[in-house]
Order: sequence, then structure tokens, then C-alpha cells
Amino acid sequence: MKNIITWVTLVILGVALFYAAWAIPFGSPFTSDMDDYFIAHGQEQTAANNIVTSIVFDYRGFDTLGEACVLFTAVIGVGVLLRLRKKEEDYEYE
Amino acid sequence: MSMSKIIRVTADLLFPFIVIFGFYIVLHGHLTPGGGFQGGAVIATGFILLFAAHRIDDVTCIFGKKLFQNFEAFGLFLFIGTALVAIALGYTFFMNFLANSGGLFGQTVSFGINPGSLNTAGVIPILNLAVGMEVLGGLSIIIIYMTKAIQWQEDLE
Repeated sequence: MKNIITWVTLVILGVALFYAAWAIPFGSPFTSDMDDYFIAHGQEQTAANNIVTSIVFDYRGFDTLGEACVLFTAVIGVGVLLRLRKKEEDYEYE
Repeated sequence: MSMSKIIRVTADLLFPFIVIFGFYIVLHGHLTPGGGFQGGAVIATGFILLFAAHRIDDVTCIFGKKLFQNFEAFGLFLFIGTALVAIALGYTFFMNFLANSGGLFGQTVSFGINPGSLNTAGVIPILNLAVGMEVLGGLSIIIIYMTKAIQWQEDLE
């Protein structure tokens, strides 16, 4: 039973991925209003020549703030996991 | 846990160039491909090269854990602080209040393809620098923690 479910899931996933790879044209989105707006107004509104940076750090600054917080949290997690232990019982936090 | 002398000398020679290249990527984030995350990762690579080539204690007595902790905390603080300054000046959160203002990073750019100038883009270079500092501190400190943990494990056995 478990085997059948695995194979059915694999086949459905494979068909979906191959359909996406073959049938959907690459590089021609249905609506390009947002892209056109950024290309037309990005340089005068943010004064940055790099449109990607102006989107990441200006138009979508909240997203970058979230990414920075995710990195900060990841580093805190690594610090908690790999803290120095003297013996098995007592921990030394730093 | 230190590599041979050839590797140590090569790492010492390469280290300043890697760091300078990383700072170039961070500071030119608003003109060329790259930015804070990528440049910070390049700078952290330079430090990680030192950690991998030398004994970890020989490096951490110069570039200590405290330094990278301060880098990371100050980077995130600068990022959020720059966003909050816009509120204090009466704009919305994350408003690019320095762009086209004529002051620091305030030059205007003409529309179309042009080489650009470093003194443009408002708060974007500041945010790039903040993110670069955070990524450099974060990645370096992860490697320090992992190397110290390996060393601790070896001492235990």
C-alpha cells in the first residue's frame, strides 16, 4: 500500500514538473506591468543604476529585513547548539 | 590542526585581496551585480581561509569571536536604524530619504544606460554596508563555533 502511494506521488510530481518544463514558455510572463514600472521609474525614484538592488533594498526592503533577521536567528541557533560544554551535566554559556 | 607552511603563507597573502574584493562588491552594490549578501560572503570567505589554514586559536586571538559578534549585531542594528530614521524624519518605514537629495549619496542619475557614480542611490549603499557587515560576522562566527566544537570533541576523546 505504502509502495503504491509512493509511486503514484512520484508519477504525479514527475508529470507536473515535465509539463512545467515543456509547456510553459520561458521568459514571457502574462503580465509585465510591474517589470515595466520598475524599468521605467527605478532609476529616477531610487537613483540606483542596478535595478535588482533598488528592488531588493528599496521597493522590497521588508523582505531584506526578514532575510537579515533569518540569518541572525540562524547564527544564534548555531551558537546555542555548539556551545562549549565542560562535562555532560554543566554547561558554559557564552 | 594547522596546515603546512606553504598553505599558511598563501592564505596570509591572499587574505587582504579577498577582503578588498569583498568590500568592493559591497560598496558597488548599487552599480554592479552584487550587494551586501554576496560581498559579505566573499569577505567571510577570506576569514574562513585563515581559520582553515591556521590553528583556530592563533587566529581568534587577533580576529576574536567578540569582533564578529559586534560586526553582526551592529550590522543588523544599522539596517533597522536606517529604516527607522525615515520614520523620525516624517516619511514611511524604509523610505529612501537620501535619494536625489543632493547630499550624501544624493546625486541624481540620468535615465538609460550610463556608467553611474558611487555617490548615488540614497540609503541603498548604507543598507548594503549594514547587510555586508552582518553576513561577514554571521558566516565567520558559524565557522568559529564549528571549528571550536570539533576541537572540543577531539580533546574529549
